[in-house]
Amino acid sequence: MADPIHQFEISKIVKLAEVAGHEIAFTNSALFMAITVVGIWALLVAGSSARALVPGRIQSIAELSYEFVANTIQSTAGQEGMKFFPLVLTLFMFILVANVIGLVPYTFTVTSHIVITASLALLVFFTVIVYGFYKHGLGFLRLFVPHGIPIYILPLIVFIEVLSFLSRPISHSVRLFANMLAGHITLKVFASFVTLLGGLGAVGVLGAALPLALVVALTALELLVAFLQAYVFAILTCIYLNDAIHPGH
Amino acid sequence: MADDSRGDGKNGDRSAEEAALSARLARLGERLAQREPSRHEEAASGPRSDPSALARGFRLSTELVAGVLVGAFIGWALDRWLGISPWGMIVFLLLGFAAGVVNVIRAAGVSGGPGTKR
Repeated sequence: MADPIHQFEISKIVKLAEVAGHEIAFTNSALFMAITVVGIWALLVAGSSARALVPGRIQSIAELSYEFVANTIQSTAGQEGMKFFPLVLTLFMFILVANVIGLVPYTFTVTSHIVITASLALLVFFTVIVYGFYKHGLGFLRLFVPHGIPIYILPLIVFIEVLSFLSRPISHSVRLFANMLAGHITLKVFASFVTLLGGLGAVGVLGAALPLALVVALTALELLVAFLQAYVFAILTCIYLNDAIHPGH
Repeated sequence: MADDSRGDGKNGDRSAEEAALSARLARLGERLAQREPSRHEEAASGPRSDPSALARGFRLSTELVAGVLVGAFIGWALDRWLGISPWGMIVFLLLGFAAGVVNVIRAAGVSGGPGTKR
């Protein structure tokens, strides 16, 4: 039986340098990140090169993704949030394209590694902190002090608010990573059932139709999850940025 | 072909054509703008099958766990640094659980955010 975890293994392609005893290598993960970025770049350049009034297919995709992200930001963080549009669009497109590329057999899913998702989530986390303090100074700390709370339970509430704030990058990164990891393992396990049953002769081939149908259905589900996780990541980024823009509410 | 009918005198027609086109575009924009708000209202009042409901479901699953994990980690770290085991873990695990519940309540949209009274 094929090892379902094997697909997440990082393998070195080219060794680039060595810094303080640590090898810096171009891995398959880096390769697929590069493919993702080049793919997005090609899509957006091809989409914006025609500049047709009535958009073609590629232009429609580019325009739809632009408008989708712009609407998401405006509905959660308001017009002021639009200054973070490049960040949110980049995150959304990167995660979406990486997820979708990962669904193609024999490819590597970049977002199934917590290193990647955690760095993206921490980027958002620190953007919120830095921008919040830059924009509001110490007033940003009002985020942790809800008003209308009696003074004697205020310290407790502040503690809980701080913990809730600190838990954000964890839930932000674990959600994406866990969904991609679990989805790909499930796909692999069911796909290996097909080959195992197929080796059992005529009855087995009939039985193999069942997991095969399930793999087809799961692939459709994974496509939905790939989009939804990118959307969830983007919308949470907007919600967190909204806290940095309006900390006091 | 359509081009044949306006093939002669193309230079003169150009500007008139473009003006007509931009006028049509403006009319189209107005009509779309009229239609947009009604579509938004529909989406808000009717049963929602948009991605945001599914997205909210995905959010709920990890929010609680994240709060508890952060609380447990801080408690464990305080215990190690200050040598007050097991009190840091007990207090911060409970606080982390509370933070997780707050996260879930916010993710479910019951309460808007810190400080909103609802």
